Amino acid sequence: MSSHYEAPIREPLVIGDKSYHDVSNDVAAPVEGRANKSWWIVFSIALVAFLWGLGCIIYTVSTGIGVWGLNKTIGWAWDITNFVWWVGIGHAGTLISAVLLLFRQKWRMAINRSAEAMTIFAVFQAGLFPIIHMGRPWLAYWVLPIPNQFGSLWVNFNSPLLWDVFAISTYLSVSLVFWWTGLLPDFAMIRDRAKTPFQKKIYGILSFGWSGRVKDWQRFEEVSLVLAGLATPLVLSVHTIVSFDFATSVVPGWHSTIFPPYFVAGAIFSGFAMVQTLLIIMRKVVHLENYITVLHIEYMNKVILLTGGIVTVAYITEYFIAWYSGTSYENYVYLSFGAATGPYWWAFWALIICNFVVPLTLWVKSLRRNIMWTFVVAAIINVGMWFERFNIIVVDLSKGRTPSGWAMFSPTYVDIGVFIGTIGFFFVLFLLYARTFPVIAQAEVKTILKSSGEKYKKLRAKHGDDVSHVDPEVSGAEPASNINESTTEQFDEENEHEDTVNADALNLTEIQKDRLDDMLQRVGTYNPETETADELTKLTSVGPLLQQRLHQVGIYRFNQVSKLTKTDFELLSEVIERFPDADKREDWVSQATKLKKSN
Amino acid sequence: MASKFIHAIYSDDDLLMQAVKQIRDKRYHIGEVYTPFPVHGLDKLMGLEPTRLAICSFLYGLAGLAVATWMMNFMMIEDWPQDIGGKPSFSFIQNMPAFIPIMFELTVFFAAHLMVITFYMRSKLWPFRKAENPDLRTTDDRFLVELDATNHNVEDLTKFLYDTGATEIKLIEN
Repeated sequence: MSSHYEAPIREPLVIGDKSYHDVSNDVAAPVEGRANKSWWIVFSIALVAFLWGLGCIIYTVSTGIGVWGLNKTIGWAWDITNFVWWVGIGHAGTLISAVLLLFRQKWRMAINRSAEAMTIFAVFQAGLFPIIHMGRPWLAYWVLPIPNQFGSLWVNFNSPLLWDVFAISTYLSVSLVFWWTGLLPDFAMIRDRAKTPFQKKIYGILSFGWSGRVKDWQRFEEVSLVLAGLATPLVLSVHTIVSFDFATSVVPGWHSTIFPPYFVAGAIFSGFAMVQTLLIIMRKVVHLENYITVLHIEYMNKVILLTGGIVTVAYITEYFIAWYSGTSYENYVYLSFGAATGPYWWAFWALIICNFVVPLTLWVKSLRRNIMWTFVVAAIINVGMWFERFNIIVVDLSKGRTPSGWAMFSPTYVDIGVFIGTIGFFFVLFLLYARTFPVIAQAEVKTILKSSGEKYKKLRAKHGDDVSHVDPEVSGAEPASNINESTTEQFDEENEHEDTVNADALNLTEIQKDRLDDMLQRVGTYNPETETADELTKLTSVGPLLQQRLHQVGIYRFNQVSKLTKTDFELLSEVIERFPDADKREDWVSQATKLKKSN
Repeated sequence: MASKFIHAIYSDDDLLMQAVKQIRDKRYHIGEVYTPFPVHGLDKLMGLEPTRLAICSFLYGLAGLAVATWMMNFMMIEDWPQDIGGKPSFSFIQNMPAFIPIMFELTVFFAAHLMVITFYMRSKLWPFRKAENPDLRTTDDRFLVELDATNHNVEDLTKFLYDTGATEIKLIEN
């Protein structure tokens, strides 16, 4: 079955000898396990930041916008800066799940779930600012064209701020259903392995009764593809419309036709930087290094490099046009000689260094594949892209057409508090997500396992492209039509079993022997010449007889017992007669770990 | 007469594909196949009709475009043709560039959401709906083929399924 052929030059996207079941286990582990101490610490910090921001929002709304640092000249500053920053961050999620789907990029599968989550949580934060920066937010519903008692007074559809309402709400709602539809099979997986009735109930509701029929999958794939086709122009249009807030104005520096593509490139640039920041931490915390590999990080760095290059070209264009236009007003815009030497010089240079200079290091392959350096660069880009929006908004407003209106801006603690609050809220949501949602689209990863998994790539490298991908480990019976000379030979070659297994007294099949070998390879074999056997009877419900049985399958030491997994126990209960029940042997692993240390 | 079904469980997608092909060659009727992930090509192999959701989506998009056009023409041109910043509100076409962003967004909005709702309705997916996969492992790593065994010799069928590589074969009578 060469349908799984993939060019050998491609590096594996799933590392380790993963089977389908392993993928489920790894993805479900954080959901089924308990939160550790560091999760609680980070969650508490985020929650405090969120509550602080909430206090600042309530203070602003109840007291008035005057508590912010805005003035008559600069009517937009941190509020809209943060709005555009958050919307921009959200764009990478849709890019990963939609654009990369259209381009059939397999590497998206391990990251799309979290990137989409990031989109949704970032758009939540963005959505706060258009409301709270209003002077009378309780009349916000007037932006909607609802028939009313004022002689049906409508809205003005000429304003980009109204387009924003339509763009952001469409973007959020479409991203949400795209994400949720993709989650159904994964929720179903967790539902079907849930142990507590509460978990079963919750994931039963969340999974909408997904059963995985062929027809469902056919529709599911079509829906994903069409949604990707719709989300791609959507993601381009949303940030275009956000850029219209500035580009359609008459303010020098804002009135620019380059803004729509330049903002979108900047959004993808900053969005990928945020994805890197989150995933580099997440892969460590929830142990998904085998799925989110260095290769994924490198690919994302390449996208950052590309979009960063586009943004740089836009900077240079803006700088050139400001000079080339010959308009005197353009000398004070955010990318001009006046800005580089004026009162906001530090913001200008922060933008150049963070967005242009530092990302250039990613051209070096060793730095691109360096996780620590990637993390640093991603953080710097997040800062730099905040400065880009700050410069566009504040620097351009600060020196307008009439010098008598020139002013400077400095934020108050409420401005800063609201921003910190949204960061806190974002992390509260993301941390809750990481504990309750399947953070990797396991159903999708399983479809690429045979083409891009390390195990199968090795198999093809060893036995040729026409090798059977049917997993001999788990199949009970070989299909009649599969048995021809070449495949049987292939299995015969590998028929030398571990010599520490004295299985003659046990009635084992060839397949069970294979599985025992695999198990011993994982937990380690016992070498009687250098090691001494431990007293396995120290474990609960292990008597001399069971100890002897364990010796027969090659288990002699606590070290080996401490590495046994659930599947190993299943195998052992299969091959050993009267093997103790699951509840009696449950803490063998932890007991063995302790005993191993005391030895 | 009570109906009988046979559930054959496979442990591998390649094996499943091969088995489905063999079962169809033998003209046994496959009632349903449950898989943990989309097995590409399985729907074609089973002879399922292609889905028409994309066509629905296109029509919904047209509806969205019509709604947007009608709404803005009525509100901006017919109902209150005001002068807002010198924008020409004499006819729809004159002020159309300002309407394009919302026309676009509503097209996407309608196309996406109505298609997803159609999918949920057609596949009978909604909160509080009970899952119907007969074996819990089919969302993890097992592949289940449900065959109608009412008019067949169960033993022959079982033997045949065993030869196709099924790891477990169960007879369901109801």
